[in-house]
Amino acid sequence: MITYQSVKELVELADAQDKRIADIVIAQQVTEQHASVDELYQHMADTFHVMQESVEWGLQPGHRSPSGLSGGDALKLLAALNEGETIGGTILGMAIVRALAVTEVNATMGRIVAAPTAGSCGILPAAILTVMETKGIPEHEAIMALFTAGGIGVVIAKQATISGAQGGCQAECGSAAAMAAAAIVEMVHGTPQQASHACAFALKNVLGLVCDPVAGLVEVPCIKRNAMGVANAFVAADMALAGIESAIPADEVIKTMGSIGMQMPASLRETSEGGLAATPTGKRLAKKLVNP
Amino acid sequence: MTNIFDIIGPIMVGPSSSHTAGAVRLGRIARALLGEFPVNAHIQLHGSFARTYKGHGTDKAIIAGLLGFAPDDLRIRESLKIAKSEALDFVFEPVDLGDVHPNTALINIHGISGRHLSILGSSVGGGKVQIHKVNDLPAEFTAEYDTLIVYHMDTPGVIATVTSLLARHDINIGQMKVYRSHRGGRSVIVLETDEEVREELCQQVKALPNVTGIMSLRAV
Repeated sequence: MITYQSVKELVELADAQDKRIADIVIAQQVTEQHASVDELYQHMADTFHVMQESVEWGLQPGHRSPSGLSGGDALKLLAALNEGETIGGTILGMAIVRALAVTEVNATMGRIVAAPTAGSCGILPAAILTVMETKGIPEHEAIMALFTAGGIGVVIAKQATISGAQGGCQAECGSAAAMAAAAIVEMVHGTPQQASHACAFALKNVLGLVCDPVAGLVEVPCIKRNAMGVANAFVAADMALAGIESAIPADEVIKTMGSIGMQMPASLRETSEGGLAATPTGKRLAKKLVNP
Repeated sequence: MTNIFDIIGPIMVGPSSSHTAGAVRLGRIARALLGEFPVNAHIQLHGSFARTYKGHGTDKAIIAGLLGFAPDDLRIRESLKIAKSEALDFVFEPVDLGDVHPNTALINIHGISGRHLSILGSSVGGGKVQIHKVNDLPAEFTAEYDTLIVYHMDTPGVIATVTSLLARHDINIGQMKVYRSHRGGRSVIVLETDEEVREELCQQVKALPNVTGIMSLRAV
């Protein structure tokens, strides 16, 4: 059984053994799955490679989703980056390019890793791959960081929800950003406590964010929210690494995300009855696309 | 949800874990229970499945599952064409199946030998599914474990005989559910096991007194 129920427990276990959250998470998973560390690591390495492929695929030209609502935006931003025309600089720019690329691949029925969901699949790979490239971090460390992210995700799934239908977009892109923020803190050798603060920041930043997909499809506004999600993870990680602390602990933020989700009307939880889906343009697009 | 690979995963073809990855698994389960190549499929889609199946590729996903593809198989995108080239006829019909989960499908298929199978199942999120009925009889299972379905006449001792036979082969039962039409009528046992129930053992179960049929499914 995975015994940890909170981010606090993960931090305390890691501190007590002078290890990373990633090490605690993998050790717990060994017990849960009756598998060896090597087997679990290999499974995660395979997962990591699918993430890499999804970015590469997303940067090939010519993608358009079957609905026609999305495609080609990652390449537009990449072109602007290559021209030196962006405000946020290369690192943030490349992170956003990758987040858009993976989510566009998802919309075209390409292969992705749900992390934690398909709708939020761009954030974690974009964060990890960009930090790996920028900081010259070995692949092994990036793969271990996925265990950090997974541990945070397990806690969120246990204490709140990772489903847009239950908790809105805060539960999907918010959770993904929180997982990514903690993961990249550990990649650059931040402390478990800093990872916990980063998780808290990222989730706090998007509390209340609704899930309102146009025509029920994982495209508008999901793809751009993935771009926002990786930026959010960077904001959170940088603050935590600088020693800034979250006044509200990560576990309390997670629980409140769950309770906000429960207070959200159903129209804003993936039913496409409210929010952007219910705008005149959202409804017009839906009318064109939805099955007769 | 306690497995790390349920959070960092599944590896899947997009765009939706419920409307695409879960839908592939529903198709795979139907195919596996049929046990042969399907030649026609009538698929009724309910709720959100009915409203958004084209945009989410739910139709491609279910057909891909019927063709035996896995949720991360890129051929899912082309599955409708592949089905046509392999002479699998299919019809999708948006319907109202009543008080069921919003992402529910009723799949009716005929195999190459004329064998018929139907399943009623829901895609409940994250690529996970819940089967509710097989051939119109109740059978709740997730297909995350090997599953054995035993049809029998409601008589004393059948359940004990089946479970002790599995015990003698060191097969651990994780979950077991029993249904019956009425006292002494048709009954169903659904057993989710930690170990594979091999073909030879299936035949032994099938030969037990008052057992009228069985279906065996590997974890999908």
